[in-house]
Amino acid sequence: MSIRQLSVFLENRPGKLYDLTALLAAHGIDMRALSIAEATDFGIARIIVNDVDRCAMALREGQFIAQLSDVLAFAVPDEPGGLHNLLSEFNAAQVNIEYMYAFLGGEPGRAYMIFRVTDTERAEKALTGRGLKSLTLDEIEKS
Amino acid sequence: MEHYYQPEIECASRDEIERWQSERLVNQVRRVWENVPYYKRKMEEQGVTPDDIQSVADLKKLPFLSKADLRDAYPYGLMGKPLRDCVRIHSTSGTTGKRVVAFYTQHDIDLWEDCCARALTAAGATKEDVVQVSYGYGLFTGGAGLDGGSHKVGCLTVPMSSGNTDRQIMFIRDLNATIICCTPSYAAYLGERMKELGLGPDDIPLKAGIFGAEAWSEEMRQDIQKTLGIKAYDIYGLTELSGPGVSFECSAQAGMHINEDHFIPEIIDPDTGEVLPEGAQGELVITAVDKEAFPMIRYRTKDICSLTYEKCSCGRTHVRMTKPKGRSDDMLIIRGVNVFPSQIETVLLNHGYAANYQILVDRVNNTDTFEILVEMTPEMFTDSIGKIQELQKTLSMGLVSMLGIRPKVTLVAPKTIARSEGKAVRVIDKRKI
Repeated sequence: MSIRQLSVFLENRPGKLYDLTALLAAHGIDMRALSIAEATDFGIARIIVNDVDRCAMALREGQFIAQLSDVLAFAVPDEPGGLHNLLSEFNAAQVNIEYMYAFLGGEPGRAYMIFRVTDTERAEKALTGRGLKSLTLDEIEKS
Repeated sequence: MEHYYQPEIECASRDEIERWQSERLVNQVRRVWENVPYYKRKMEEQGVTPDDIQSVADLKKLPFLSKADLRDAYPYGLMGKPLRDCVRIHSTSGTTGKRVVAFYTQHDIDLWEDCCARALTAAGATKEDVVQVSYGYGLFTGGAGLDGGSHKVGCLTVPMSSGNTDRQIMFIRDLNATIICCTPSYAAYLGERMKELGLGPDDIPLKAGIFGAEAWSEEMRQDIQKTLGIKAYDIYGLTELSGPGVSFECSAQAGMHINEDHFIPEIIDPDTGEVLPEGAQGELVITAVDKEAFPMIRYRTKDICSLTYEKCSCGRTHVRMTKPKGRSDDMLIIRGVNVFPSQIETVLLNHGYAANYQILVDRVNNTDTFEILVEMTPEMFTDSIGKIQELQKTLSMGLVSMLGIRPKVTLVAPKTIARSEGKAVRVIDKRKI
């Protein structure tokens, strides 16, 4: 199962990320993961939250530009070679990664990786075929 | 000692000048009445016939021409000569894709080049000089005008055109250029680049520069004179009225002499059209009395300045105008190029952006900066930085092809550009001119 991620357009100016976190705080939205990609004059904040639909609505009302996209999440053991072993499966399944980011949490000794891949559906099928099931939001929260 | 290109004209008595003006005006109005139906109709609407125009004193009876007329009549509607008699066109950068195209007969080219030759001579040019023309060549009038004038004076002309600054500096040094013609902001940039290369004013042979096509301040003149070690002369003109050389500065650097044998100036109240007395500030209106192919009568330049008929220490008798203070419409001159907000709007809309934008113009180290803030729309947004940058690049290229110069395109969040009641504040011009 893929996870729905929100990508938010941010101007590259002081106070802009603050505006976003203020909005999330005001709506009681909890972030699971956050990653920021930046160009010279703008950036994209990619977030995974506890309530994606409510968050999307709050962003729209707050005049933010945001987009939903599907990403894959996997848990890897927090030890040398953990990510490498996962990526070797991606490699074997010929999955192209557009970007990825990591966060720690849940169980100690575990890291979580979020992947945005070129063809989510195909990638999921290929990886499941290799015995790798991507996590749901619930699975991340429970772990 | 002051040199003149055509002393008998440039130092003529007021009586003589007015006699030429009257004679040429009467003929010009008759020619236009017979050959330009568009202007004839305007005269009829005003109830004027050529018989009403007996001397320069009757000028104010004639209707104005404006940029709107030029657009209405685009491209051939204001021509005073058939195309087979024309030898050249030049063009402005134009609004919303519709440019002003001006036509020239060989006679028109000759009189224009004479005007530029007067400007060059006033800046000290002789047959011994090497003139580097670093204005753009092509549809823009800057390159062609000064190039022609330089030939008339007999200078060795270096047709550099604009850009490639290091090569410009190399040519100045290697070919011993003594006079340079370009926009003032480019002159300032040349100076900056020289400093970076460790070169001072004594390392280049330049003695004078003729700088026009954009507004510049007295402070900027001082700065250019110091960094390049030259005397900096202003020159004024519009494509509609030939190009540079409608007026030019002499060694006194106290206003620009209007070539009155070809161009009759008036200053009007831009709101009422009323002719204002000498010394009053208002919109400059020019009548070109002997241009054949594109005969402009009472053309409203939109430039705000004043006139003085006081005697000039250089010996020239032609009236002087002050540096234009600014335009009475919304046109911007950025790095010597005409930019209209409506052009930017067209490009944005064509690329799927909202027409909500803001133009930021400033002058940093004497070079114009040009930035356009564009609001991001949900439709344009994607999760990929690369795709958004590609959109930015496409937009930037669309703007370059419309405007002729490259702005920095900055994407901003929606609703961040202030909306105002009625007319939007599209332009923030921080340049101190």
